Amino acid sequence: MPSSNVLLDADALDRALTRLSYQVLERNAADPRRIVLIGLPTRGYTLAQRLASRLAPIAGFEPPVGKMDITFHRDDLELNIPVPQVSHIPFDITRRVVVLVDDVLFTGRSVRAALAALSDLGRPAAIQLLALIDRGHRQVPIRADFFARKITTELEDTVQVKLTEVDPVPADVVEVVSP
Amino acid sequence: MSPTEYMAPTTPSRQWKHKDLLSIRTLEPWEIDLIHDTASAFKEINSRAIKKVPALRGKTVVNLFVEPSTRTRASFELAANRLSADVISLESSSSSFKKGETLKDTGLNLQALNADFMVMRHSCAGAAQFLAERLRTGIINAGDGAHEHPSQALLDTFTIRERLGRDLKGLKIAICGDIMFSRVARSNIWALLKLGADVTLVGPSTLVPPVFKKLGVNISHKLEDILPEAHVIMLLRIQHERQRQALFPSLGEYVSLFGLTAARFRKCRPDVVIMHPGPINRGVEIDSELADGVNSVILEQVTNGMAVRMAILYLLSGGQPLHVAPGAPLAPHITSPAS
Amino acid sequence: MMKLAPRDPSLVSTYDRKLGTRSWALTGGRVIDPANRRDEIGEVYVRDGKIVAEIPVNESVEVIDCSGLIVCPGLIDLHVHLREPGQGSKETVATGTRAAAAGGFSTIVAMPNTKPVADGPNTIAWLRQRIAETAIVNVYTTGCISQNMAGEALAPIGSLKQAGVVAITDDGKCIQNNELMRRALEYAQMFDLPLLDHCQDYALSEGGVMNEGYWSTVLGLQGWPAIAEEVIVGRNALLAELTGGTVHCQHLSSAGSVRLVREAMQRGVKISAEVMPHHLALTDESIAGYDTNFKMNPPLRTKRDIAALLEGVADGTIEILGSDHAPHATYEKEVEFSEAPFGILGLETELSLFVKTLIEPGVISWAKMIEKLTINPAKLLRLDKGTLSPGADADITLIDPAREWVVDKEKFQSKSRNTPFHGWELKGKAVATVVAGEFVFSC
Repeated sequence: MPSSNVLLDADALDRALTRLSYQVLERNAADPRRIVLIGLPTRGYTLAQRLASRLAPIAGFEPPVGKMDITFHRDDLELNIPVPQVSHIPFDITRRVVVLVDDVLFTGRSVRAALAALSDLGRPAAIQLLALIDRGHRQVPIRADFFARKITTELEDTVQVKLTEVDPVPADVVEVVSP
Repeated sequence: MSPTEYMAPTTPSRQWKHKDLLSIRTLEPWEIDLIHDTASAFKEINSRAIKKVPALRGKTVVNLFVEPSTRTRASFELAANRLSADVISLESSSSSFKKGETLKDTGLNLQALNADFMVMRHSCAGAAQFLAERLRTGIINAGDGAHEHPSQALLDTFTIRERLGRDLKGLKIAICGDIMFSRVARSNIWALLKLGADVTLVGPSTLVPPVFKKLGVNISHKLEDILPEAHVIMLLRIQHERQRQALFPSLGEYVSLFGLTAARFRKCRPDVVIMHPGPINRGVEIDSELADGVNSVILEQVTNGMAVRMAILYLLSGGQPLHVAPGAPLAPHITSPAS
Repeated sequence: MMKLAPRDPSLVSTYDRKLGTRSWALTGGRVIDPANRRDEIGEVYVRDGKIVAEIPVNESVEVIDCSGLIVCPGLIDLHVHLREPGQGSKETVATGTRAAAAGGFSTIVAMPNTKPVADGPNTIAWLRQRIAETAIVNVYTTGCISQNMAGEALAPIGSLKQAGVVAITDDGKCIQNNELMRRALEYAQMFDLPLLDHCQDYALSEGGVMNEGYWSTVLGLQGWPAIAEEVIVGRNALLAELTGGTVHCQHLSSAGSVRLVREAMQRGVKISAEVMPHHLALTDESIAGYDTNFKMNPPLRTKRDIAALLEGVADGTIEILGSDHAPHATYEKEVEFSEAPFGILGLETELSLFVKTLIEPGVISWAKMIEKLTINPAKLLRLDKGTLSPGADADITLIDPAREWVVDKEKFQSKSRNTPFHGWELKGKAVATVVAGEFVFSC
């Protein structure tokens, strides 16, 4: 029987996003207007949109949000051919600070692909990584600049981030499911 | 608006399973959707300053054009390049065909060069299937005789979806011209029917024989009759070569009966979509100004062709048997499940 | 139809022995000899290579038990391509006649579209020499109607007759010039030579590689419409009527052709027709996979055509069955569909396919079928064959109507492998073929 363990409920997630938006702003206090948020589909993009609206009142402006598909930069296309999503980045990233947003940081390979994909779009001043959950088991040397929770998991576990915008749930929830 | 935005979210079960793309007739409707969705992603990439992705890095694409073609070949060539594949193009003038080598031997030789895909244009119907059944290499049919031209129909239906921002169910679509000898017409008939459109073939009774009704389409020999209700008019290139001389008397008579003139255009819906696979004969199939007008998507078809062909190459790379050892059994070309 | 006793499997090798005596008797089999209206369990006697009415009582006789078998005159196939001279890589007289023997045929008729074509006495003489040296069944030759089979000028039909041909034909091609066809029919009458015609209007079938219809439309292959055959069948009927000549329409494929032949026969025109197994067993839908083993001329047609052909066989419009045995090397067929040569192997599957298409569904009786495979072609070509009458050559075929077998092209005697029937499970098979009193095949 698979068991699940709630990591964040809706309220906790809400607080975590507020905290994360302050952290992003603090880190880029020198020139906050350079911030752009780029989410990885599907939930990284949803989180990026939420962060942007959190940042608006505290930063005094709403940073632009983009969605970037990384399928074609994956290193496992020999094994699996995922259906890509359409990227949508309606701004130039050159000389901006790109905050990459993903829901779960695991092996780090998606982020590696995202870094490669970003380099096709321009040359940002800096790239920072925001992951809601860092669950360990990295396979490439990548770390998150911002995260809500860092947890220890078994390799077989799955960390599920369910957001009301994209998932059929009544309220947001983040849980670890063990087989 | 891109096609994905109105379609069901992608699910992992939507996985391309074929080694080859030989025809539309043998595709499932969801497979057409899958190619369209994938093409949307590539279309975005094609709009960037850097239009290249590493998805097919290390793969080899051979364009084998036994029948000459400029635009389809260029489109596939560029598509393969933008996927970072290595690509070579062989045209009939430079290939061994003139030295009497059989198609099978040419295919076996290209396979021996470890080609991953062959994009193939040939004047004989069934030529692509012929090679697909005999090679491990993935075959993409870029036009075989009067049989099919699948990538053209996929880009045409993609373009309709994009332009109208909706699916094709119930759309009235007219295909006008030399239907009998047209692979573009056949592929489009199947694609449009599978996507739920209502198709009418229009042209002289000799070029649009009644047997086509058995495919599930309507037939008309009077363009005016279908203009007021057609959402889309696809015009096919018309030629008056020797073998057509018993089929219609002259281009002039064709234009007078079936050319999309300004006068006929006034009978159309204001939002009618005008399509042509090219190359167009201005003043023959279509009035020159209409070809450049706001209703025409002729150049969008060309742009979308790139994205659709990138999608085909990308998806087929998942239908490939990977790292096939020399002498390994030939994969069945119909269902070779991706690992 | 009479009941046949089940065959004893222990007898399988009986026919294979070298017969030590001059005289022998086939006993216990169902003797079907349509020429003599004979269909009964009975005996057939052979002495010195001839059929005899009885064996003198004091003479020793070897008895062969044929219980459960049909004993009939050696089968005749009047439409075979042996490919010699010139195309020995496809078939030879040696391999082609072995294929015939394996299919139960003791007599075959070779078509003249060889390389060079058999349009003069020298080629016929060469071929007859080849036959004398290498054939294991009777082979009759035919000559061309037109010089070089080009449809423009008459071939030397009188010289061909003297050289031994039994018919004239441009098979594989069709004379388009109606004037030439008329004169050929008139001229051939001097020599009592029937004219066998491959019925195909070139303008109507130009570029055609399969039946014109739904499947040619779907597959994008150029259609070879039934009307292209029917126009020529109609012409042949009119010209035969005008000239009083004998015209035989080869390999009918379409419903319209059957109707035209039937109507002409009713008017008393000297016209006849043949049908091949593939035109009864297969339709144009078989081509959906572009397999060139389904590419024939005339092309496979529709279920409706098959129904009309069967009706024609049943009502006597089609009085002759043949195979159009057309060997092609594998490499020649391993090409694009429209580039591949027309034609398939026939001899080794012919009888079983006719059993499947004519006997099993009850279209005609065994006796009727054997008539169309023996005495009817013999009559058309004036051959002294196709009967078990005393005095006739002892050409005999033994058929096991219950024998089940699976077609395996790799086991064919033919030099080629181009059959669409590989893997088919068939019932009813020739188990022995006797030519002039000698077993040339048994299994």
